Amino acid sequence: MSPLTGVPTRAPLWRDVRVLKWVFQLVVLAIFVSIIFWLYNNYQVNIQKSKIPTGLEFLDNPANFTMPGNDFNQSSPVWSAFIQGFYNTLRVSIVGILLSIFFGTLIGMARLSKNFLVRTVAGAYVEVIRNLPLLVLLTFMNLAVVLQTFPRIENAWKPLDLFVVSNRGIAIPWFEGSGTTLLTVLAAALVIAGLVAWLRGKYSDRTGKPARGLLYATAVFVLVVLGSWFTLGYQWTLPFVEDRGTLGGLRLDPSFFALLVTLVIYTSSHIAEIVRGSILAVPRGQGEAADALALSGPTKMRLVILPQAFRVALPAIGNQSLNLLKNSSLGAAISYFELTQIAQITVGNGSPAVPAFTLTLLVYLSISLTTSLVINIFNRRLALVER
Amino acid sequence: MKLWIRRNLFRTWWDGVLTLAFGALAVWVLWTLVEFIFITGRWEIIEVNLKLLLVGQFPAESLWMVQGSLVAITFWLAAALGGKPRAPEDQVAWPRRIWDVIQRFGLIIGLGVLLVVLAGPTESAPLALAVVGAVAVGRVLNTTRHRVSWLARIPAIIWHLVLLIAPIALISLTLMQSELSLWGGFLINFYMAIIAIVLCFPLGVLLALGRKSTLPIVRLISTTYIELIGGAPLFVLLLLAGVALEFFIPSEVAPGSVFRAVTVFTLFTAAYLAEIVRGGLQSIPQGQLEAGKALGLSTVKITFLITLPQALRNVIPAQIGQFISLFKDTTLAGAALSIVELLKVSEAITKQDDFLGQGYIYEALAFVSLLFWVGSYVMSRESQRLEKRLGVGQR
Repeated sequence: MSPLTGVPTRAPLWRDVRVLKWVFQLVVLAIFVSIIFWLYNNYQVNIQKSKIPTGLEFLDNPANFTMPGNDFNQSSPVWSAFIQGFYNTLRVSIVGILLSIFFGTLIGMARLSKNFLVRTVAGAYVEVIRNLPLLVLLTFMNLAVVLQTFPRIENAWKPLDLFVVSNRGIAIPWFEGSGTTLLTVLAAALVIAGLVAWLRGKYSDRTGKPARGLLYATAVFVLVVLGSWFTLGYQWTLPFVEDRGTLGGLRLDPSFFALLVTLVIYTSSHIAEIVRGSILAVPRGQGEAADALALSGPTKMRLVILPQAFRVALPAIGNQSLNLLKNSSLGAAISYFELTQIAQITVGNGSPAVPAFTLTLLVYLSISLTTSLVINIFNRRLALVER
Repeated sequence: MKLWIRRNLFRTWWDGVLTLAFGALAVWVLWTLVEFIFITGRWEIIEVNLKLLLVGQFPAESLWMVQGSLVAITFWLAAALGGKPRAPEDQVAWPRRIWDVIQRFGLIIGLGVLLVVLAGPTESAPLALAVVGAVAVGRVLNTTRHRVSWLARIPAIIWHLVLLIAPIALISLTLMQSELSLWGGFLINFYMAIIAIVLCFPLGVLLALGRKSTLPIVRLISTTYIELIGGAPLFVLLLLAGVALEFFIPSEVAPGSVFRAVTVFTLFTAAYLAEIVRGGLQSIPQGQLEAGKALGLSTVKITFLITLPQALRNVIPAQIGQFISLFKDTTLAGAALSIVELLKVSEAITKQDDFLGQGYIYEALAFVSLLFWVGSYVMSRESQRLEKRLGVGQR
């Protein structure tokens, strides 16, 4: 039989998959580039028409507004306002993330409790909070609870004489002295405690005796903190009402308090669902094996279930932490001086809108990308552990 | 009973302590709620401002269009999502079926009744009855469709298109009849959410396919878009759109704030949806793709006939979850762009002369929360049912 005639050895160009793929990509690229170019062109035309500066020079102008509670004033440059805003964003986010993870884990475990009431109450909490908009919760906390239900400063609530609760904010007992020293002490204590735990682990490996790393580490931590407390001469101060304000202790702004509490309530309900799902994702046999070894309930949780659930939960919890950071931008809606609020005010005071908001977005974006990078690294390390 | 109490409430002494503590908490919360709803709540603020809360300044003479489209949409949903007739062996007696319905819809019906009561029964009762009627008729229609042979032969797409004529016509009529700037209240939350959901879905699916694509340029563009939008807070994007959108489009066009909000919601949700759909695509076994190739299908056909449908089905809860958060996030448009949506209205009505400074914020926010809660809860419940009906995890 003669070879087929008329069949070309190569497909024609318009049917060659390799060619088609590249043509398709080039078309997509062309569309994309032309959209970008169109937007950029419009921007240039409109900017020239309205004569608005496009650079970042506005950062050196005086800010023309004040923030309560720090030495920022009218003539401080705009960039220092942004730095203060960034600091406030980080403050509410970091405290919020830690509290959310703590409460979220508790509620998530409560949802799986054998106790009917505990299970139902936790379930109701999660179902109610998850289906409400964050901004409604925030408005409720700010307008209804803090500004309306909390008493005026003259008849502030003073539970146990430790706190002062009024519609001017919450004051809590705090230490006297510089924050940096305390942070250094805490960090040093943490490092020493970690070292002790590690050494206990080594010791346990060598001798086969129980490590009790957490116990030893906690004890060392407390000792180090207490020791430096006395040697450095720290002191507690309790807040008290003085002349329509509070003195002593640490005063939390009403807006900070409202934002923090709302973020924690909202995010912990989401984390609770993640924790519940992750605990359920641990194979049943693991729990049964722990039962067979006669481990008690809490020990079983601590040594068998939670470590394995943690691996499943980590990426999702990381995501929720990022969501909390991004949601903290809602502080602008209740005049908490975080990054978004600062950007909004400076734009209102005449800074150019596009560069100011782009800068804000870039800050959020860089935190987000760094955090997700860190989570990814952690995740890879955890996932590599052989089961 | 005694055994149940012992097992579930008082296993150990610690369990008993927990039971007492949580019991006290539950009783206190429930009592406060009941007291607030029936005794201390001053609901006249809702009754007086009901129209503002629900539709804002929407012209009263065109209101029937909104009500009509609401009824028509519920009708379509009930007819589309309503259950198929049970197989003969699954037939159960009527009392049991009624009990099933009560179990499934009891909470929602109860809350609906509560809404009607709080809002003043005379005005909203006919509409509520019409919605309930639409649901009932829709379900019956769906059952008939599966029973009657010539109806069953109509392809699903034509069936849905016919049912959708009424809502689409009414919605377009509404859009043409009145200026968007007059819209307000819950209506605008609802419409913004619906429009953004419809628009973001194709964009999100395309981005997901782009991110999973083997073509490097397409992948790079999709990934960059998803990461950039995903790392930015929605609120900042809305603020940016409020002050900066006009710089990026020709100056002849002057977009209204609702347009800006819907643009941002669409672009934002598309990025999140893309990640969800990508998860779905990754859950499809390689064998499906290979089977498609073995049949000689092109890549496009494999994607749209084999992998994508299964991927979308596998991630229904996550998709609906994203739509629910979009629905909830429409409240941000009020704070960022001064759109008079529900939350904004509810704050404003407490500042009316009759209600100023008397602490009406509780009642106003309670009403807002109830509306959003019912909306989100219904969506998540129906997503679970849809999942079951499509047989996720079974086929």
